[in-house]
Amino acid sequence: MAIKERLSGNEAVAIAMRQINPDVMPAYPITPSTEIPQYFTTFVANGQVDTEFVPVESEHSAMSACIGSEAAGARTITATSSCGLALMWEVLNVAASDRLPICLALVNRALSGPININCDHSDAMGARNTGWIQLFAENNQEAYDNMVQAYRIAEHKDVMLPIMVCQDGFITSHAVENITLLEDELVKNFVGEYEPEHYLLKDGESLHYGPYAVTNYVMEARRAQMQGLRNAKQVTLDVAKEFAALSGREYGLFEEYRLDDADYAMVIIGSAAGTAKDAVDELREKGIKAGILKIRLFRPFPAEEIAEALKNVKYLAIMDRTEDFETNCGPLGSEVKAALYNKNLHPAALNYCYGLGGRDVTVESLTSVFEDLMEVEKTGELGEVYRYLSVRE
Amino acid sequence: MASDINRLGLDVKWQDISLGCTIVGSGTSESFKTGEWRTDTPKFIVEKCKQCLLCAPACPDSAIPVKNGKRGEFDLDHCKGCGICEKACPFHAIEMLKGVR
Repeated sequence: MAIKERLSGNEAVAIAMRQINPDVMPAYPITPSTEIPQYFTTFVANGQVDTEFVPVESEHSAMSACIGSEAAGARTITATSSCGLALMWEVLNVAASDRLPICLALVNRALSGPININCDHSDAMGARNTGWIQLFAENNQEAYDNMVQAYRIAEHKDVMLPIMVCQDGFITSHAVENITLLEDELVKNFVGEYEPEHYLLKDGESLHYGPYAVTNYVMEARRAQMQGLRNAKQVTLDVAKEFAALSGREYGLFEEYRLDDADYAMVIIGSAAGTAKDAVDELREKGIKAGILKIRLFRPFPAEEIAEALKNVKYLAIMDRTEDFETNCGPLGSEVKAALYNKNLHPAALNYCYGLGGRDVTVESLTSVFEDLMEVEKTGELGEVYRYLSVRE
Repeated sequence: MASDINRLGLDVKWQDISLGCTIVGSGTSESFKTGEWRTDTPKFIVEKCKQCLLCAPACPDSAIPVKNGKRGEFDLDHCKGCGICEKACPFHAIEMLKGVR
């Protein structure tokens, strides 16, 4: 029997972590961390999990401790947010190149500066090219479900890479919403035991992690690592299928919402997708064929599948909740456009920077994006291809 | 063995390289011939050597083998030619020669 609850995204992810019962959790326990380690340490203190909690002096140390622990053979988890993730950056790369399937619960909040604590994707997008798998969620249910599926993807023998389970700061992490949880036993059986082939504490075996690789090896090592990340796409789909059988909730690489016959489409990540669906519903009532493609798996980027899903779209808006200072696009904008280019698809495409530092994203503001697309159709002029939404000017 | 040292050979393909370049087994650095890095080569002048053994612990690469209390010829597979041993020897029984030999 599924369990009906009402939880914040932080609570939901912490409960998933309790159900997974990882071996070790190194985490920096104060700002900019989230309530996730706080809730989890309560489970540790109450004896509800067997996890060894390691309070460390920084996020750089947290991820370093994760690497040591995971290499030793322990299923390892951590959680952070915003600048905490930025401080991990150097070691995120090491975790991935060492092929250690660590899990990180990330709450997406703005990087400094200006100093701000609210929602945007600059933290996760800053770490998008560290070799980690990245899953994004629209709401608390998806954050919980992604966490339950995370280790099955990361620890798969064809993948063996760390995974970041992302949810939007405050909007998802703090808002209390209805949620359906799985029973502890179901999650435990679904996730299973971590049984790596090699690990440092394996009896009778010497093992060395992270050796210096001379020039002769780096390209081969990176190519192999890239293949592991590529493989995560199929594994994500396979795990989602099993999860659907268990929970009745279906997941793919992305969600298509009223996209089948859409002339105007929006590609978006995270909580704002829910708002975008409302905007699309209103437009559809007026007979305007609008649709949404909501990214779930950002790394590896499902380029071919996205291009296929957008192949009949004439006018496209790509929404980036970060300013990465590429100056002509955002990260999602460049990825989607590259995906379309590779399939010789050329819809008129606008790329928007929106929702930075917790800036409100409303049905009205997202409707205005679709209106911009209709204006492009009417005038035949693209105008500025990289735009800011809801900026005072 | 999935990650054994043979999967880190100099001509390993990306499909075969060990996961995360991990090395299974111990003492594997012996098969890595760091002697190839050498530009100068030490010469052991055996008739001047008093077997004081000051040279062997000074060598950063353990390239002076000691057996039964006596040092032997240099292990040129691993000597990087740093010349520390020449300076450590009070009896001028080690001479650094220019070039790889």
